[in-house]
Amino acid sequence: MSLLEVESLRCGYGIVEVLFGLSLSVDEGELVVVLGANGAGKTTTLRAVSGMISAEGSVRLNGREVLGRRPDQLLASGVAHVPQGRGTITALSVEDNLLVGAYQRKDSEVSADLEMWLEAFPRLGQRRNQQAGSMSGGEQQMLAIARAFMSRPKLLLLDEPSLGLAPLVTREVFDRLRDVTQRTGTAVLLVEQNANLALDFAARAYVLEAGSIVASGPAEELQHDEAIQKAYLGL
Amino acid sequence: MNDFLEVLVVGLGNGAIYAMLGLGLVVIYRSTGLLNFAQGELAMFSTFIVWTIWNAGVPMWLAIIGGMFGGFLIGILLHQVAVSPLGDPHEKPLAVVIVTIGLFLALNGAAQLIWGTVDKRLPPLFGTGQVTIGGVSIQWQKIGSLLVLAAMVGLFLVLFQRTKVGLAMRAVASNSESAGLCGVPVPRILMLGWGLAAATGTVAGVFTAPQLGLGTNLMQLTLIFGFAAITLGGFDSILGAVVGGMVVGVLSSIVPQYVSAFERMPLAPAFILILAVLLFRPQGLFGSKQVQRV
Ligand SMILES: Nc1ncnc2c1ncn2[C@@H]1O[C@H](COP(=O)(O)OP(=O)(O)OP(=O)(O)O)[C@@H](O)[C@H]1O
Ligand SMILES: [Mg+2]
Repeated sequence: MSLLEVESLRCGYGIVEVLFGLSLSVDEGELVVVLGANGAGKTTTLRAVSGMISAEGSVRLNGREVLGRRPDQLLASGVAHVPQGRGTITALSVEDNLLVGAYQRKDSEVSADLEMWLEAFPRLGQRRNQQAGSMSGGEQQMLAIARAFMSRPKLLLLDEPSLGLAPLVTREVFDRLRDVTQRTGTAVLLVEQNANLALDFAARAYVLEAGSIVASGPAEELQHDEAIQKAYLGL
Repeated sequence: MNDFLEVLVVGLGNGAIYAMLGLGLVVIYRSTGLLNFAQGELAMFSTFIVWTIWNAGVPMWLAIIGGMFGGFLIGILLHQVAVSPLGDPHEKPLAVVIVTIGLFLALNGAAQLIWGTVDKRLPPLFGTGQVTIGGVSIQWQKIGSLLVLAAMVGLFLVLFQRTKVGLAMRAVASNSESAGLCGVPVPRILMLGWGLAAATGTVAGVFTAPQLGLGTNLMQLTLIFGFAAITLGGFDSILGAVVGGMVVGVLSSIVPQYVSAFERMPLAPAFILILAVLLFRPQGLFGSKQVQRV
């Protein structure tokens, strides 16, 4: 049984259908990427999984159906979602953003975790009292990731972390992400347009086109499959 | 000179009331990012509850606690019935503001139905006595209102800056979607904000009623002064509500004394202040500037 199993997911906005029976799965601790062009439905997929929008089909966590729950209820089951555009809580300080990430935790290690993440992301550590909305895009992306980890998730849904970032900064974000997933054993469902970077990062990949999965397999295979690359990834 | 000081003291006393009502407005603004036009009527309604309990022979302070609790429940109820069904206020701000105006009318009508149109008498919490300090006589009630205000401010600062619920309220105000993704139960936090704001309003009403008489239009002028107070202080600032309330209270009591044109227009200084602040410093004295980067 996989950690996350999505089956025949259908959803849309009003009368516009966006996803046409999408299925995918993520194992415990696995790094999975969904690749797709603008408008393919990547963001919509993550929003449906985390309960931000309503959908039909099935979303199971460790075999339990969770479709129809609110995001804060999904978080309680171990799913953290870093939305496209980073979702910075702009009026709060960096530290307070991280503490909001730990909102549902009742254990005594929250402040120890806070220090750990401020250390793991040194750029955040230097700015812990800065208003989060005034940070650079790269810093906000790292904050969004660190904040998600503050909830000690089993699964991280991560929406286009490379968006709007310079290549060098994107690298830094992915390097940090690799470190922390290794350290914590967290599974990641990443959606990206940047195929090269994402296939380097992930172990397994799906290719999404116009709301349907059109290809899938180990990341390495997709990286070397010229037909797929030409057709879908624009490499 | 003593005349001036006495007018000043009256102004500060009134200012404390504006600040109390302003605190309730700030609480709603901090969780929803919106102005609540029903704040004054909520306060009026729960002040009537205080009167009803007191009138039944219960000690005043106990009646006030009862009224605050009643206000808290009514705030929660109104939020659940009339505000929450509209969805996230951050996405449909106009709809929610219109609903608060509707609640204004509904609460006023309901109060008239229940308590009639004849004013009730609510005695001052701190009695009618006064002290004379340096030749200026000050009512205990005024001193009491300042002390109660200070206590309320202390409680709110602790709530917002030191508690998890306060952090959640600030997070929801700034970015409700992200707060939800972080695990904050957004609907429950909004509901709590309404309850707290209504309970806070009760105190403002209890201090207003002895001065104006307890009728269904008790808080309508006070609400305008409260708006002026938080416009000056900053919509999201607790301390701003206090400083703003004091400035508005003092201005509105001093200006008409010296500028006869304002004698018949007690609201005019408040309106001029609102206008000037919105023009020259829209975030108010202590409000946070919107910092955003996409
Ligand atoms: N709120 C919305 N209302 C209506 N249509 C929407 C909405 N959000 C997305 N869509 C539509 O759904 C489709 C999929 O959008 P989605 O945001 O999931 O794409 P995406 O793969 O994440 O694209 P991008 O790489 O640009 O972020 C698009 O055609 C888009 O126009
Ligand atoms: Mg997207």
